[in-house]
Amino acid sequence: MIAHSIFFYTFSIIAVISAIMVTVSKNTVHSVFFLILDFISISCLFIMIGAEFLGMIMLIVYVGAVAVLFLFVVMMLNVAQQKNQWFASQESSGHIPVGLIISTIIFFELIIVIGGWKYKPDLFDINNSLNTFNVSNTHALGQILYTDYIHVFQLSGMILLVAMIGAIVLTFRKREGVKKQSYLKQISRERSEGVQVLEVETNKGVKIDD
Amino acid sequence: MEYLNIVFQEIYKILFLLVPVLVSVAMIVWLDRRVWAFVQKRQGPNVVGPFGLLQSLADALKYIFKEIIIPSSSNKVIFILAPIVTMTLALVAWAVIPFSATQVLADINVGILYLFAVSSLGVYGIIMGGWASNSKYPFLGAIRSAAQMVSYEVSIGVIIINVLLCVGSLNLNDIVEAQKNLWFVIPLFPMFVIFFISALAETNRPPFDLPEAEAELVAGYQTEYSGMMYAMFWLGEYANILLMCAMGAILFLGGWMSPIEIYPFTLVPGAIWLILKILLLFVLFALVKAIVPRYRYDQLMRLGWKVFLPLSLTWVVMTASYLFYFNLLPTN
Repeated sequence: MIAHSIFFYTFSIIAVISAIMVTVSKNTVHSVFFLILDFISISCLFIMIGAEFLGMIMLIVYVGAVAVLFLFVVMMLNVAQQKNQWFASQESSGHIPVGLIISTIIFFELIIVIGGWKYKPDLFDINNSLNTFNVSNTHALGQILYTDYIHVFQLSGMILLVAMIGAIVLTFRKREGVKKQSYLKQISRERSEGVQVLEVETNKGVKIDD
Repeated sequence: MEYLNIVFQEIYKILFLLVPVLVSVAMIVWLDRRVWAFVQKRQGPNVVGPFGLLQSLADALKYIFKEIIIPSSSNKVIFILAPIVTMTLALVAWAVIPFSATQVLADINVGILYLFAVSSLGVYGIIMGGWASNSKYPFLGAIRSAAQMVSYEVSIGVIIINVLLCVGSLNLNDIVEAQKNLWFVIPLFPMFVIFFISALAETNRPPFDLPEAEAELVAGYQTEYSGMMYAMFWLGEYANILLMCAMGAILFLGGWMSPIEIYPFTLVPGAIWLILKILLLFVLFALVKAIVPRYRYDQLMRLGWKVFLPLSLTWVVMTASYLFYFNLLPTN
């Protein structure tokens, strides 16, 4: 039990500190790396409470997604320039009051939601019966997700698909004058189209028409 | 005192796994160079020790005594962390590989997901190294590898789903046991081929070694690294290659199962069979390096997203419907 609590506190302290560092650190790329650390320690916490499937999915989906986030940071923001402009000058602090108001509202909303949370009375029974049925975490999750909650599950999938297509539509633009290689053209090329064999007479040369 | 005993026992087990892995990584580098050389009608490393077997040891010694240069404009913490991350992740994944029904360090329920998660984290070592170097070529290499590894991970994930449909469990030992009668390489052969090619791309091996394409990017993300730090990248890379081979052996070639369940073959311990299968896949990796020219970048992306992803997704639907209609879905 002691080892359990040692691990729990280590992971949770790392998670909290890195979550703070995500917002505090001045270099955006550092924030990205702290975000990864945060996700990893949270997935460790998931594994500790016995939700190994959720923990692994957390690692695969979120940490994998952060790699793309890193690319966005590097692509869209000029990190070196931003360090000079946003943080050195005092003028751009007009965002702070707005941000504070929004975050206070979200904070109180969360408190209201969590305070008024009512557990389903049979939830605890399910939790106990998992051991008696001898099914693993993953099986239990799959059995619930694809039977009772199939519509919600499919709906959330559709929402993600719409978001994905939306992001592609927003960022996709056709540019003129870009040289592109057509794959089909390249592999369907034959020797007779590309190479011409000529008899060359000595001292006369040959005329090639282009 | 009891606690300490348990801790020491675990450390002993971990060392018993990691030391052979590290030694075999050194040997596998030698094998890689030898196979490469034989395809090109050269001798390869054959001077140090019998058949040049100690070549990797000599190389390691050289790397240890070289100076570690840290560029003055680099981001030092991340620069030093990058090779450590690469190597740690490559070694950590070996915890769940089963060498026989009982010989496995951590027999966890979600073994295959763990393997997949750790191999998908591998991209961070490269991104960190490339970004922290603060130099053009490493950065271009890092960006390329981020895009490449994310793309091919998708198809590897879908291929794993194919296998899982036939097994009905995420445990690696269950996956091996499910192949008792028929290795999955036979019913899922196209998936095995796609898995092999995706594994090449995932580990940045030729013909997909664009992150370190020496003709364009000097050495890609490793350009600024020297001495032991370079050697750690290199160890991590080869440990990752071995890991992908092990994954292929477990998913498709029956893991530690002997190929024929007849008397003399069943006497051979499972670890030997697994190692033989890993070696077989690795020799294929080395042959591909020797005989295939490097892909162009847009071809690489096209192959990942427009060929492999639709193909493996279609195969998932086909496998699922086949299992469903013939009532073969595993239930437990």
